Amino acid sequence: MTSAPALDIRDLRKTYPNGVEALKGISLTVEAGDLFALLGPNGAGKSTLIGILASLVNASGGEARVFGVPVDARRSEAMALIGLVPQELNLNQFERPLDICINQAGFYGIPRRIASERAEKYLRELKLWDKAEHSARMLSGGMKRRLMIARAMMNEPRLLILDEPTAGVDIEIRRSMWQFVQGINRAGTTVILTTHYLEEAENLCRNIAIIDHGRIVEHTTMRALLAKLDVETFVLDLAAHCPDALPAPEGIALRRIDEHTVEAELPRGRDLNGLFATLSAAGIAVRSMRTKSNRLEELFVRLTAPGKEAA
Amino acid sequence: MNAREQWVALGTIVRREVMRILRIWGQTLMPPAITMTLYFLIFGTLIGSRIGTLHGYTYMQYITPGLVMMSVITNSYGNITSSFFGAKFGRYVEEMLVSPMPPLVILGGYVLGAVLRGLLVGAIVLGLSLFFTHLTVVNPWVTASSVLLASVVFSLAGFINAVYARKFDDIALVPTFVLTPLTYLGGVFYSVDQLPAPWRGISHANPILYMVSAFRDGMLGAGDIALGPAYAVMLGLMLVLGWVAITLLKRGVGLRS
Repeated sequence: MTSAPALDIRDLRKTYPNGVEALKGISLTVEAGDLFALLGPNGAGKSTLIGILASLVNASGGEARVFGVPVDARRSEAMALIGLVPQELNLNQFERPLDICINQAGFYGIPRRIASERAEKYLRELKLWDKAEHSARMLSGGMKRRLMIARAMMNEPRLLILDEPTAGVDIEIRRSMWQFVQGINRAGTTVILTTHYLEEAENLCRNIAIIDHGRIVEHTTMRALLAKLDVETFVLDLAAHCPDALPAPEGIALRRIDEHTVEAELPRGRDLNGLFATLSAAGIAVRSMRTKSNRLEELFVRLTAPGKEAA
Repeated sequence: MNAREQWVALGTIVRREVMRILRIWGQTLMPPAITMTLYFLIFGTLIGSRIGTLHGYTYMQYITPGLVMMSVITNSYGNITSSFFGAKFGRYVEEMLVSPMPPLVILGGYVLGAVLRGLLVGAIVLGLSLFFTHLTVVNPWVTASSVLLASVVFSLAGFINAVYARKFDDIALVPTFVLTPLTYLGGVFYSVDQLPAPWRGISHANPILYMVSAFRDGMLGAGDIALGPAYAVMLGLMLVLGWVAITLLKRGVGLRS
């Protein structure tokens, strides 16, 4: 059982009663211990896939196994292995965070004494302990998101699924959530993360799948995916004001970002000497240079471009 | 989940339900107490004193078991519909659906919670009635079992209502247009023996008549229906509604896509 992948999906299909084919035969493997990104545009099928894994959506065909346990045939056993942080808030707003966590543990058959200890542990780790006895409706949006993470940890799942956990959360809280997720992943919990913040996936995850129109269009390591990027973008900080008219070196796209910043997009592997020679000839001095982040975003847009139906 | 874990899960739902009932006691416990006090005052004391006796009991004594049963039925039904539909509406029913709990534990927890509220309200109403009349319990077993069965039956019915409900109106329709008329026509305020021929027969199609009759038989020894058919109807309804409710839950009707 220990050698089984955390998630093994074979030809998973879902057609809703209105005829919408949300999943068109998805196959996917996530190894135990991975921190895995599942990306896709809105309506791609991510939430349907997660819904099937969490037994909130009935699959129309195919099979999903969690650590070797089939979700459909041995639901109860599989659910004990999973923790889910859904995209939409689904808290009882009239309960206290402490009770929400303790009750969630109770639903997994965890005795109240242990549940209380775990609730304190995770509420503290997610910086919610001082709000533990407030009504959930008094919490901010970011606090509610963290509460849903604490709640999902109550059964100490082997597979934690986070469906856009940082949506609408400010950067400081987002970073603290990243630290928490990285921490539990280091401790052995497999994590599947969907997010719209692509740098989040790039920074956190080792492996990635991109889903579009109900099909997997990419399933690889983050490093291999980024290596596919055939252009690189550099951000150049200028020593002086940027002229209005930029030179146009062959094969390089220069864009003026602001008075002191220019972006240069050039084919991967091409040397930068030509770029600097052109800039120097135009009297533009470069003070510093860095690779532009959000490289994943460029790939994502290409892979899920409108009209590009997946194979 | 092993049996011990299932007990913990069941206890968690029941505890949560009881906490909810107590947290909003102004909505769950007070209204039936006030309404039934008014019934006792108006129908029992003011009007009842002019009616005379029914089956050898004062009108106040005669209607008290019916009013207790009416409170138990409406509160059991109302508790489970509002609580389970509220969980659906607020989506926190997913807390349970993503857990390893089997459907029977979820159903059992909600039914137990609803039965506890029904019995708590019934006890409050019974206590209030003692300010207005003197009561005896002829057969405690019949009294307890009939009120328990009625509460379970209407908890299950309420659960089915909540499963199908898509908006709050849907959980108000059945109590307004079905439950209330059936309760008022179920022998709470009169004996069906007093009804003329066609209506007496038609009344026997009303399941609440059997429940009120059995409960009144237990308390006063004066039921309209023999205990055998009354228990057959209550047990039959419990099994049928229980089967429907668990099937809906297993299939995820109204809960899973």
